[in-house]
Amino acid sequence: MRRILLLLILLLLSATPTARAQDAFTAALAGLSGGYGAQAEAVERLGALGDPRALPILQALAEGHLQKRADGAFLVEQGGTVREAVSGAAATAGETIRINNRVRAALRGALGRLQLVAPEAAQRLTAADALFRSRDAANIPPLEQALARETAPGVRDRLALALAATRLGAPDAAAKRQGIELLAESGSAEARAALLEARAANPDLAGEIDAAVAAIDRQLELRRIAETVFQGLSLGSILLLAALGLAVTFGVMGVINMAHGEMVMLGAYTTVVVQEALRGIPWLLPWSLPLSVPAAFLVTAAVGVALERGLIRHLYGRPLETLLMTFGVGMILQQTVRLIFGAQNQEVTSPTWMQGTLTLPGGVIVTQNRLWIILFGLLVLALTIAAIRFTRFGLEMRAVVQNRRIASTMGIRTGRVDAMTFAFGSGIAGMAGVALSQIDNVSPNLGTGYIIDSFMVVVFGGVGSLAGTMIGAFTLGLVNKLLEPWAGAVLAKIAVLVGIMLFIQRRPKGLFALKGRAAEP
Amino acid sequence: MTLRTPFSRRALMAGAAGALALPAIRPSFAQGAPIKVGVLHSLSGTMAISETALRDTVLMMVDWINGKGGLLGRKVEAVVVDPASNWPLFAEKARELLQVHKVDVTFGCWTSVSRKSVLPVFEELNGLLFYPVQYEGEEQSRNVFYTGAAPNQQAIPAVDYLMSADGGEAKRIALLGTDYVYPRTTNRILRAYLNSKGVADADIMEEYTPFGHSDWQGIVSRVKRFAGEGKRTAIVSTINGDANVPFYRELGNQGIKAEDIPCVAFSVGEEELAGIDTKPLVGHLAAWNYFMSVDTPQNAEFKKMWRAYIKNDKRVTNDPMEATYTGFRMWTQAVAQAGTTAVDKVREAMYGQKVDAPCGYTEQMWQNHHLSKPVMIGEIQEDGQFNIVWKTPDAIKAENWSPYIPENANRKK
Repeated sequence: MRRILLLLILLLLSATPTARAQDAFTAALAGLSGGYGAQAEAVERLGALGDPRALPILQALAEGHLQKRADGAFLVEQGGTVREAVSGAAATAGETIRINNRVRAALRGALGRLQLVAPEAAQRLTAADALFRSRDAANIPPLEQALARETAPGVRDRLALALAATRLGAPDAAAKRQGIELLAESGSAEARAALLEARAANPDLAGEIDAAVAAIDRQLELRRIAETVFQGLSLGSILLLAALGLAVTFGVMGVINMAHGEMVMLGAYTTVVVQEALRGIPWLLPWSLPLSVPAAFLVTAAVGVALERGLIRHLYGRPLETLLMTFGVGMILQQTVRLIFGAQNQEVTSPTWMQGTLTLPGGVIVTQNRLWIILFGLLVLALTIAAIRFTRFGLEMRAVVQNRRIASTMGIRTGRVDAMTFAFGSGIAGMAGVALSQIDNVSPNLGTGYIIDSFMVVVFGGVGSLAGTMIGAFTLGLVNKLLEPWAGAVLAKIAVLVGIMLFIQRRPKGLFALKGRAAEP
Repeated sequence: MTLRTPFSRRALMAGAAGALALPAIRPSFAQGAPIKVGVLHSLSGTMAISETALRDTVLMMVDWINGKGGLLGRKVEAVVVDPASNWPLFAEKARELLQVHKVDVTFGCWTSVSRKSVLPVFEELNGLLFYPVQYEGEEQSRNVFYTGAAPNQQAIPAVDYLMSADGGEAKRIALLGTDYVYPRTTNRILRAYLNSKGVADADIMEEYTPFGHSDWQGIVSRVKRFAGEGKRTAIVSTINGDANVPFYRELGNQGIKAEDIPCVAFSVGEEELAGIDTKPLVGHLAAWNYFMSVDTPQNAEFKKMWRAYIKNDKRVTNDPMEATYTGFRMWTQAVAQAGTTAVDKVREAMYGQKVDAPCGYTEQMWQNHHLSKPVMIGEIQEDGQFNIVWKTPDAIKAENWSPYIPENANRKK
């Protein structure tokens, strides 16, 4: 039915071009105010007409800026001002036209069709990808023309692929074979889907399609492994961030700090507060995350000092009491945050440079936020190691760990070093909170989900060893992600836990055992 | 008119245990004593995010009825307890409400596991519980009124929509859920339903994650691969609680567009979306019986009432809040009709009660303790609200015993 309609319109168009085109355009436009089915059809017709006037209207529709007035006229809203869609005359606002997924899919095809002739290469690239996804046989002639015209090599390749995928639905067998070859070479998951879709309709080509799919599968398998490794590293970096602070407070000082998770949570809430504070300064807003890092460090370090000086120092050498007390402190911190901010999750917007995916050479797709967090984790690790190795504070800390009394006789104020060390560990936890705010919920119980994992990493890596913490975190992340596809998320986690228990049985001191106060019985 | 009790309150307290064991003669309090409404929602722990708003809704309704002069000429008083997202604690708190505070009715629970935990307590002590959340069905207690949806009022119509022309004609379905009784039962029903519609088991993917799961990268890329088999694919999500936030963030980051792989959720409403950047999610769906964007005078009144009570113009309403509101109004009507708050009398009076609910339909309580409800499917908009793209013409009756579970075949209707 739709095809016949299209044909009719094309016939009419060829009869008396201008007047008829005007009518067809207006007639098609009218459909935009109908139901979702009528809208989708109208969008397809507008795309097929190729009238450049349709472009701004369809774009407005896609973005939710197209309105209709009671008299049937269409209005485009842009930056607060409303204009008539066809004439461009100023108008008063009407009722916004809503669309659904079906219309959105039609819009993608139609916009792709209209943007094929766009002057900017980037737009033509989007158009090629959109037409690849819609795979409508009616797009073959415009795609052929666009390919003949195209000069930019990147766009040419994508146009050729779009044409190949679209031709799979056309009757020409030779063209189909050519298309299958081209798609097989591209090696993308989308091409594989297009081939499989065409398989049912083309039983005569089943052999060729299967071979092409198998070729793509070989490439995809490698990519899948690379992606799993990336996901493992990403999980590892999160474990690393969560555990680093604990590696200092528990590993170096031997304090079982059950409120460690709450330090992470406070860091995440600091991010929220910084972001809220910067809302008034739009040019700084994209940088709220980097700015939150030092803020979170300072806030949680201050809480850490207060906690160590106020409570923990009175309980040194009494691990059970420390455990219970810090557990209580954790609950108090949680409830305090809940009273101030409410039980609701807080919204943290991701800066644009952390959104979306990045395609690495070889077609491996990684998400930007995870990539940044891996880098951030490594950076924090490097800074921590540097602080312990190369600063005076680090030297004093190591001295106190190795032998408190001798350090004291050397003139080191051990009490002050304890406070600083605890503040340092808490501050690192706070910085972890900034990163976690990007991938987890910022809620008062954010920290509870990480406390077990953190202890697990520190114990597995070897209490007191930063290198052990790093290797432990990445090992656990990778093992977890490698198991997940077979065992599912729940079982994978259980398997890892059981694995660690067995490991600790054999090596009670973890991967890297250290000597020092923490290692003493 | 009020039934006068032959006992004084003190006398009743003295023989409390005996009187409670014989619920049929449990009398209402003397005239003038307040009617007590128990509120059993988690105010801390993982479910606090969703349940805190329900506590506030009940308190708002208590204010509302007192503003109208109370019920049966008596003041209504709320008794709030916090079961702290701790399932066994739910049962203890339920017992406390019934035995210590002697509440006349309780509004509470969100997760099915908490409801299963309090069920024996309400049955033993003949209490009355209003449960306001959509759930998996397979239950019907004479002590519970279910004001949320049964599977045929949410899950099945949603899958039908995904397979229709407007919904994208999905041929492959990924069932993702949190690992507990509601998602597992719902997905069991859906699998049987999909099989009956000609969807083979090879075209169904099923994955479960723990409560509060935050690392979705592996699962989302597996769904992407599952969708790359040349058939239209859709996701049906029974993910509960705050695990949804990182899930949707991952969907957005991996570029899963609603036009390609639509995701319909059963436990994500306006409240859950409040903490998410919804721009990448436009077009993904949710199935409920009410959306805040419903345009009816009843809903306008409901929203006005909520915002006036909570004193915050940005707070949203959602489906379980509407179900709480509707349930509370039905209970007041039933109490007024029965002339008493005695559980057995109120239960009888509940059957057939009707309320013009904010969703724009008249909802009725049936003998199966479930409401007739309309089904609506909404697409997420940029502003975190839903655009209703499909709804049933009428309110439909609940089938709490799903015909798609084979064990139910022998059950008497």
